Amino acid sequence: MKTENITTENNLETENETAATQEKQVLRFTRLNRGLHFFMILSFLNLALSGMTLKFSYTAWARFLSSLYGGFESAGYLHRFSALVMVTVFIIHIVDLIKNKRKEAGSLKALIIGPRSMMFNKKDLNDFIGSMKWFLGKGERPEYGRWTYWEKFDYFAVFWGMIVIGSTGFVLWFPEFFTLFIPGFMINVATIIHSDEALLATGFIFTIHFFNTHLRPEKFPMDVSIFTGRVPLEEFKLDRPKEYEEIMSKGALNKYLIEAYPPIVLKVIKLFGWTVLIIGFSMIIWIIYAMIFAYR
Amino acid sequence: MNTYHWSIVKFNSLIAIIVCCISFSSLAQSNDDCLMCHQDKDLTGTKNDKNYSVFVNTAILKKSIHGELDCVSCHSDVDPNDLPHNDELKAVKCGNCHSDEGKLYDECLHGKASAKGDKLAPTCSTCHGSHNILAAKDTKSPIYPSNVPYLCGKCHKEGSPVQLQRNIPQDRILENYTESIHGEGLLKKGLVVSATCVSCHSAHRILPHTDSRSTISRNNIANTCAKCHVNIENVHQKIIRGELWEKEAHKLPACVDCHQPHQIRKVFYDQGFANQECLKCHSNPSITSSKDGHSLFVDVKKIEGSAHYKINCSQCHTFNNPFKNRPCENIVQNVDCANCHAEVGKDYSISIHGKLNAANDKNAPTCKECHGTHQVLPKKNPDSPIFATNIPKLCARCHREGEKAAVLIKDGEAVVAHYTESIHGKGLLKSGLTVTATCTNCHTAHRELPPDDPMSSVNQANIAKTCGSCHHGIEEQFGKSIHSPLINKTDKKLPVCSTCHSAHSITRADAEGFKLTIMSQCGQCHEEISKTYFDTYHGKVSQLGYTKTAKCYDCHGAHDILGVNDPKSRLSRKNIVETCKSCHPSANRQFAGYFTHATHHDPEKYPVLFWTFWGMTGLLLGTFILAGLHTLLWLPKSLQWRRELKKKQRENKNED
Repeated sequence: MKTENITTENNLETENETAATQEKQVLRFTRLNRGLHFFMILSFLNLALSGMTLKFSYTAWARFLSSLYGGFESAGYLHRFSALVMVTVFIIHIVDLIKNKRKEAGSLKALIIGPRSMMFNKKDLNDFIGSMKWFLGKGERPEYGRWTYWEKFDYFAVFWGMIVIGSTGFVLWFPEFFTLFIPGFMINVATIIHSDEALLATGFIFTIHFFNTHLRPEKFPMDVSIFTGRVPLEEFKLDRPKEYEEIMSKGALNKYLIEAYPPIVLKVIKLFGWTVLIIGFSMIIWIIYAMIFAYR
Repeated sequence: MNTYHWSIVKFNSLIAIIVCCISFSSLAQSNDDCLMCHQDKDLTGTKNDKNYSVFVNTAILKKSIHGELDCVSCHSDVDPNDLPHNDELKAVKCGNCHSDEGKLYDECLHGKASAKGDKLAPTCSTCHGSHNILAAKDTKSPIYPSNVPYLCGKCHKEGSPVQLQRNIPQDRILENYTESIHGEGLLKKGLVVSATCVSCHSAHRILPHTDSRSTISRNNIANTCAKCHVNIENVHQKIIRGELWEKEAHKLPACVDCHQPHQIRKVFYDQGFANQECLKCHSNPSITSSKDGHSLFVDVKKIEGSAHYKINCSQCHTFNNPFKNRPCENIVQNVDCANCHAEVGKDYSISIHGKLNAANDKNAPTCKECHGTHQVLPKKNPDSPIFATNIPKLCARCHREGEKAAVLIKDGEAVVAHYTESIHGKGLLKSGLTVTATCTNCHTAHRELPPDDPMSSVNQANIAKTCGSCHHGIEEQFGKSIHSPLINKTDKKLPVCSTCHSAHSITRADAEGFKLTIMSQCGQCHEEISKTYFDTYHGKVSQLGYTKTAKCYDCHGAHDILGVNDPKSRLSRKNIVETCKSCHPSANRQFAGYFTHATHHDPEKYPVLFWTFWGMTGLLLGTFILAGLHTLLWLPKSLQWRRELKKKQRENKNED
């Protein structure tokens, strides 16, 4: 889950003081948000894997994976545990939003319509049109700001997914309770929604999201900034010219400058990144195989 | 009345006739009228130009059983209105009154000979007398039991014309009879219930033993003897099961084979049929058949240890003749065990083994292939090949893969291998449970038939009963279920035990493997509904290989399954919540509304699911198409941008 408003001075204070001159980096994500994203990855992967064993139970892969989990029951426990982790991540993010809103100089209005907001605004429409023109060779690359429109789309897609998959998930978790209020066939409906929305989410994350943030040639093979929280200043200038401009206009660049992580940390981060990427692509192959060759 | 008028008048007197006609034309002829003439001791008649006395002794006549009858009752050709009558009267026909006996006599050896004019042939009067006829109960009657041998003996004694001139196969009949146990009882002990000639040969329909209707024919002799020896089957068991004599005498040595006619004595056969007699030759290890050279050696020790240790050689190897030097030279047939084991023999002849054997198939097993020959052991003896734990091995001799029967039965499964791994096979062979079902429990021991035979114990129609012989409680449940042909009158094929449990690979129903295959079992017939089961959570978990979620029978029941419309069904409105509660304790009415066989492919039946699915699919496709398009368009520009970025970064660095 990407988030906005990286202004928590307390986070930056220690790191900022030693900001070196040679490899200047810009801090893009707070520790909390990096942590949330990390747990998001873990819980999402586990939810997707354990859920797909049921969805594609007719494939040998599913049976193999299910046995790795130690059976459908332990897979089920892990699935629900991960769901709780993700819900916790979600709640922390909401709390963080509200807390930060207060700390932010502005009001709720600033949070929503300000330049660093996650909310879609006119610039996003212009950026989207500009991007289309750029793609078709009829214009220059738009000057993207703090958040691009596709990042905002990702963000709200997760919001939507959380609500849709989460709510149906709880119905499936406690069917006896929910059928006190809704008819029994809604369990069937919930199953379809839960399962197909999960398929959408999984497919989207492991293809579109992976491409947009990691695999597109500029970032290839991966953009580790969501783990390090840092972007090299030079890259930042070119990738987010608008944001850079904004920061410079405020004269607040020093506030964001930070030193790079030592190489060993980067290595660990990259190893983790590769692992997740490979798992993600394997799942995509598996899903495509199941949908095309073994579908029932 | 008028006797005195006629006392001395000759019976051919014309006057007498006239007077008689006038006086009595309308009255019945009375015996007095006859005796008027026939009391005359000198009265003679002529027949065939011979004179003979026609005197009737009234004293004797009065004592006779016919004493009260009118003369004309028997001498029916005398016309009472036309006296004196003709000289040559016809012979009296006793059959006019004794019609049954008359008929029998006509069919009888004596009757036929008489009809041909054989002068030696006896007629009624030969045995019963004429005017002196006495009741059979009268001790003076020639046909009183103790007199019968003498009566018959008149003709059938040695040296009599009958014995000399006619073809009588037996000799010294009377003498032998007198010394026999019957003769001794009758003549020396005065037992009138003892068998006389007529007890065996019948009184009026005496036929040669070669006539199948004869009481002494080979087929009937047992019945004849059993008339007196009624309970012989109960007391004669050491030799042979007595009831067989009456039912299938043709298969047995007839009574007279052992108990020679006319000289019947107890244990007569010991004289010629004792085992020692047989073993004189057959205990020699080098004795062989003169026909094909196979060994005829009999190991006495084997017989002594066998179930037949009390049975004599001749009881199995029938058709011996004790009067021959080699009593066994008559033997032409193989041992027929059915002589004593009649029921079993009948079963075998019906079985596929029996039929193949009857068709001279050399691969077909006979009794001895399974039971052995001289060393037959009872089935409770663990050394017996038919002891429960040995049966699979026994049947496997032919029914194992590659062996005779397995080759013959095309498309057959590996029955023995499968059985060994089945719950029955493990129970028998690993746990040593001799009550476990073996081959013969299901296929029967002697009446094995292929499953497509309606008589077969493993025919579709009979399987429930066969399994029910052990699993009775289940059979009862099944009988009331929707799958039972008693309840369900469908023309579709109904499942039986083996449809779900298989025949030879039966496993425990609580074993994981079984639980997972049962769905494909139900699915054999309920194909569509099984498929949709797999679209639900229950089905998907099952498909992953786990058994904790509901299977077909968890909701529908197994052997007691009822139609879903049956109010007693577990799935009826009344019961369904309880059924759900067996796994979901807090299930409620609405919870039970869950579609357990839901598919989102059927817009008619499940429109909500159908449209939900397509709505979600639309969302998914839409998202991917838009995002994918965006990404694809982006790709070339991104490559370009990558190059530009590097250039710019280099430039920027240079600036620094």
